[in-house]
Amino acid sequence: MATETLDESAPKIRGRSRPGPVQLLSIVFIGLVAFWLIANAVDNPGHFAYLFLLGLTIGMVYALIALGYSLVYGILELINFAHGDVFMLGAMMTVTAVGWFGLQGGDPMSHLLPAILGMLAIACVFCGVLNITIETIAYRPLRGAPRLAPLITAIGVSFILQTVGLVWKGPAPVSLPDNILPTGTIFKVGEGDFSWDQLIVFAVTIPTLIVLVYLVQRTKPGKAMRAVAQDKDAAAMMGIDVNRTISFTFLVAGLLAGVAGVLYALFVTNVQYDTGFRIGLFAFTAAVLGGIGNLPGAVLGAIIIGLIENLNDGLTKFTPGSDWKTTLIFVILILILVFRPEGLLGERTPEGG
Amino acid sequence: MASPAQLWARRREAGALWWRGLGAVGLSRERFHAWPAWQQRLGKVAVAGVIAFVIAILVNVLERFFGNTGGSTEIVTFDSSAYIAFAVLALILVPDWGKLPVLPMKVVIPAALVAAALGGIAMALATDSTLNGVLTAVGLAIALLVPPWRSKSEDTPLKEKEMAIGDRVVPLAILGLVLTVPFWVGHMFTIPIFGAFPTVETAVPMLVFMMMAVGLNIVVGYAGLLDLGYVAFYAMGAYTAAWFASLQFPQQTFHLGAIGIDPKLPGIHISIWPLLLLAGLLTAGIGVVIGLPTLRLRGDYLAIVTLGFGEIMPQIARNGNDLGGFNLTGGPQGITPIDTPGFGNTLSRWTGGFLPSNYLTHPQGANVFFWTGVVLLLFTIFCSVRLRDSRLGRAWIAIREDEIAASAMGVPLMRTKTWAYACGAFFGGIAGAYYASFKSSTFPQDFYFNISVFILCMVILGGMGNVWGVLLGAAFLAYLNFEGLANTGAWLNSHFGTHLDVPQYAGGIYGVIIVVVMLVRPQGLLPSARRKRELQLGTHDEYLYDVETHDEALYEEPAY
Repeated sequence: MATETLDESAPKIRGRSRPGPVQLLSIVFIGLVAFWLIANAVDNPGHFAYLFLLGLTIGMVYALIALGYSLVYGILELINFAHGDVFMLGAMMTVTAVGWFGLQGGDPMSHLLPAILGMLAIACVFCGVLNITIETIAYRPLRGAPRLAPLITAIGVSFILQTVGLVWKGPAPVSLPDNILPTGTIFKVGEGDFSWDQLIVFAVTIPTLIVLVYLVQRTKPGKAMRAVAQDKDAAAMMGIDVNRTISFTFLVAGLLAGVAGVLYALFVTNVQYDTGFRIGLFAFTAAVLGGIGNLPGAVLGAIIIGLIENLNDGLTKFTPGSDWKTTLIFVILILILVFRPEGLLGERTPEGG
Repeated sequence: MASPAQLWARRREAGALWWRGLGAVGLSRERFHAWPAWQQRLGKVAVAGVIAFVIAILVNVLERFFGNTGGSTEIVTFDSSAYIAFAVLALILVPDWGKLPVLPMKVVIPAALVAAALGGIAMALATDSTLNGVLTAVGLAIALLVPPWRSKSEDTPLKEKEMAIGDRVVPLAILGLVLTVPFWVGHMFTIPIFGAFPTVETAVPMLVFMMMAVGLNIVVGYAGLLDLGYVAFYAMGAYTAAWFASLQFPQQTFHLGAIGIDPKLPGIHISIWPLLLLAGLLTAGIGVVIGLPTLRLRGDYLAIVTLGFGEIMPQIARNGNDLGGFNLTGGPQGITPIDTPGFGNTLSRWTGGFLPSNYLTHPQGANVFFWTGVVLLLFTIFCSVRLRDSRLGRAWIAIREDEIAASAMGVPLMRTKTWAYACGAFFGGIAGAYYASFKSSTFPQDFYFNISVFILCMVILGGMGNVWGVLLGAAFLAYLNFEGLANTGAWLNSHFGTHLDVPQYAGGIYGVIIVVVMLVRPQGLLPSARRKRELQLGTHDEYLYDVETHDEALYEEPAY
């Protein structure tokens, strides 16, 4: 493996060597982005800060999904297209569970907190089991097949799951009341509020991320995951059950998707059968942006994507606007893949070259 | 309880069970394979017929006992024969034609003359035109006689020359069946569940999708590059036709062979025939532009990038009505109307009405669109087959099989892959342009990601790399998409009192097809022999599509 660890600042200036055209281009690009951000921040700082916080919150939700892509890619080198749709089904499960718990919006904390915990449990179990099932049925028989075979299968599974969502909740977007999570202000930033629902998103995602890092870095199953990701044959020879480890990875990815589904359903309050496909692509872009297979990178990429999405939707000056959201995100994806396939934090691997 | 993986590992045993069943009637596998090829084929056809018969009975029983409209009282109806006809036809048409008998010239010449005469008479009666009949007869005679006459070397005496039926007769028979679709399709039986044969109006988009599937097959099947954004090429072709043959740019007035409009009408109006070529070339250009920076990427990254382009294109189309104040694409309203195809009065008069002057006002407009589509499809198939056998095509297959080995043998990777992209895009562009002029409109919502997957599904179902398989898969899925699913839904709803909107679930149905094919028969319905070998015997399985190259120098220019 011709891995070569690069400095984080590498895309801009690499050492003392003369910057090549790609470096120059990226400097120009970053300069333009900085100009865009500063111009808007100066123009309307309050609004900017509000959008920034909103983007950060959404970015945290994306991070959970992006981690699912990253984990699976790290271990199987498979872009699990169906992951976004697992997340969508988790969000739909949440919508159903909101009915079970009888939440009306504006419920007292004593009722809300156990309900949220219950919904997290339900959605996590649902998505985890779903993800393991998908892995067993659709991906495991293709372990030895050419590499594109499981990718094509994943696209098929993604379409099947979308149809499941379509049959389950119908073609129209499913909405929840806006105020299921309390929306009171904690503190004001300019003209926007940092509200309780945003706090709850952070209060769920940050511990989840910490638990995930602990799981991967410090526990036996995490060690097995890292070993299998490095070399399946060697891991098997060391007595690691490769298939079980892969299933475990899918379980973890499913749990993350479940958490993301709950948060998305409660915070954005709007789910549609193709939400998973759209958000899944954003999250995948985030994973690639940060460096696929690299867990901190996935979080960083997801926050950047969340910020870009919300700033682009809300800002007024020199901004393409929400009509061009998909184009913007994909242009970022393509630029990253073409010029820096290892991502912002990733190591340089042959995969990208 | 065995896990799915264990069951999967034991899948071959099902085949053994089948032979044990046949052993009961005294037919072993060895004995079957000792039969002559045509007898084997006949045996398979017979078995397919029996299976289709059983299915037909099952459908009727189902209708009779569970349907709430009563169904018919006979167990076997005339309708059910359609299943048998389909199964038999499908097996006969399987292009294993090389195994069909070889005829000597003393049989070929009279048989070909009789066939030509009969074909000519049939055509003359069908179209009520002696000219068409004579043309058909002469064409058939040439097509049947020239290849055997030129077979073997020039010194061979005529009576020793010969013709393989599979090489000429079967393809010509299929072509004849296809070309005469408008005449017989209305008289065909309906098939329970799926409904009637496609009407000619449905057959045109089917042909367009078959063209696109053949085009995508060049990229995915030959070169092994997964393209999830093929719809971008389709959109590019459609918008090219729309830009240059409509009122979209009223600030310009330019006419070139446009049919059926006032010559002073503003806008650019170019005849569709040069536009098809222009659309193909422009789209191929787009393919190169997309390909050059991205083709260095490994398989799955490439898939994502192409998916990205496939998502960007419709968004540009949707938002393109105000690009800095310039209306490029008409936005969500799309561009409509697009000029109708046609050859103009002069050409039409010269050819005695054979080439219609204006498709829209032609009394059999749909038929004319259909035949033009068949000609375009034939052109696509011809190019695809010739490309496959060319030096370039062999380079594609070499890259698909082993990139490093191909590179070491002197195949320029980037250039070869880019050519694959350009060629695939070219046919996508032509198909898009033709479809736009058939519908006389183009809208951004025609170009969603689903279409890319839909076309990919055709290629996978039919058998990646084999043109005939891809055509079969494309015809089947396109029929399902345009009529079959709606018919099935109507059948279910009327018989079981359900309220399903089956076409809405098309995505899920394609998903199931993709997954099942990938798991059970990854080589597709009609695999190319080469692909099958790779999938079943290949020792380099992991290296089929891409190689984890450690040597940057293999690629022309590392970008960083």
